[in-house]
Amino acid sequence: MKHHNCTHDCQGSCECGLCCTKINNFGVIRSGTEILRDVNLHIHCGDLTAIIGPNGAGKSTLLKAILGDIPHNGELLFLDAKDEGTIRPSMGYVPQKLDLDSSSPTSVLDLFAAAQTKIPIWFTYPNKIRERVRESLARTQGEHLINKRLGALSGGELQRVLLALALDPIPHLLLLDEPVSGIDQRGLELFYKTVSSLRENYDLSIILVSHDLNLVAEYADRVAFVNNKTIECVGTPQEVFSNEKVIQTFGLDWAKRYRRDEKDRVDNAHLV
Amino acid sequence: MHIWYSLVDLLLPFDWVQHEFMKNALLGVLLVTPIFGLLGTMIVNNRMAFFSDSLGHSALTGIAIGVIVGKIFPLMGFKPIWAMLFFSVLITIAILVVKEANTASTDTIIGVFSSTAVALGIVILSRNGGFTKYSVYLIGDLLSINPSDLLTLGIVFVVVIVLWVVIFNKLLLASLNPSLASSRGIHVRRYEYLFAMIMAVIVTISIQWVGILIISSLLILPAASSRNIAHNMRQYHVYSVLIALISGVSGLILSYLWGTATGATIVLISSGFFAATFIMKLRLG
Repeated sequence: MKHHNCTHDCQGSCECGLCCTKINNFGVIRSGTEILRDVNLHIHCGDLTAIIGPNGAGKSTLLKAILGDIPHNGELLFLDAKDEGTIRPSMGYVPQKLDLDSSSPTSVLDLFAAAQTKIPIWFTYPNKIRERVRESLARTQGEHLINKRLGALSGGELQRVLLALALDPIPHLLLLDEPVSGIDQRGLELFYKTVSSLRENYDLSIILVSHDLNLVAEYADRVAFVNNKTIECVGTPQEVFSNEKVIQTFGLDWAKRYRRDEKDRVDNAHLV
Repeated sequence: MHIWYSLVDLLLPFDWVQHEFMKNALLGVLLVTPIFGLLGTMIVNNRMAFFSDSLGHSALTGIAIGVIVGKIFPLMGFKPIWAMLFFSVLITIAILVVKEANTASTDTIIGVFSSTAVALGIVILSRNGGFTKYSVYLIGDLLSINPSDLLTLGIVFVVVIVLWVVIFNKLLLASLNPSLASSRGIHVRRYEYLFAMIMAVIVTISIQWVGILIISSLLILPAASSRNIAHNMRQYHVYSVLIALISGVSGLILSYLWGTATGATIVLISSGFFAATFIMKLRLG
């Protein structure tokens, strides 16, 4: 895991010599109702930032605002490693789910070809696309899924396919909306492992909306707690999970268990 | 046109294509059914069956307005088709705009617009008790298609195919997940509107030959049948277009032999295809 020695509130520039993405004063208003306000977040390349928070707090909205899918105010800046220029980062997005019924005749190859080529997929598939898709899928251990129908995939398989799609081409910023249901614990863990290994292999920042606090504690570098329409607390998992508001939101039992687990982890680390 | 006539005489020396109106109708079927097969795949994918139905219904008001305008400017050679086109595009935009406001479910909104359009159309057309002369629009009359209609149809055919080549991939991605599509630089709304417009135009153009009552069945059935047996998008389209073509041509022949309405006969054969593919699906799993 990479560690950065830079401050969390860098102003204007990135002191760590790596690229970074900055979200400044984000706000979202829909149909006259304020959904998000004063969101500030600073993400370094190579970081996995998890967004947690109670249901309806605006986690998915924040993700869609960053994507540019819903209108927002505030700015999104991307600074490359030399700290030169602020271009709009290229983004990869892994949605929670796809809107299709299980009988839909859309195959994994169809999905990739539709996203990556201009040749209409009802007519023919371009040369070489099969090879490229297989390579993409290999990044998330999904080569064998290429000819399957999307509706026939399990929740975990679909998630890996969507991740592979988001990674082709490799984006500056990877945004993931973790599914709430339809994916088993093992599938979820494999998903987290894959995502977290991406940090080491590619130069990208990852923002993950998450519902599984235990996996967040294990894999995230930084955690942002969204509550009351804004980010109320940002920091390492240890910092955020000892915050009073976070403990109140997720319940004391969970916090106690987390501290015990954390203590075990530290103890074990000493033993090793 | 006579290239087509002599071609038919050469290739199809059968009784049913002896008449000129049958040759016209055959060309009409060959132009219209592939488009229905193509568009139907996306309509079924996006669960827009009800939407296409209401587009057909809204054509009634378009006819009514066309009749009124035709009475006011009788000398300008005005055809009701332009009023129908204008009105169906208008109602499509209205449905999409109201849908985006997110105040009621899409079904409800479409239902509201569709019934309003039908009622308005009937009220205007039934004034002075003259509705019966417009009832041809309810069941359609494919055999009345003439060479100038075929020219319009041919132009629409080419335009739809070209648009379908350009927009299909983007449309598919947008239908699977709008945010995913926009993350890859696709303007989701633009393509949604474009697709709805294409539907509106093709439904309106074909309504006088197919009929308001069954137009959406022609759009839905080939794709729905194909869906029972297809495993990817290419198969889905190929089967859908083939089923639409076969139903169209055989429906035309049978309606000639039986003396029945062509559109409805075509729909019945498509239904047969649906039943057959459904059983295939159950058998094969």
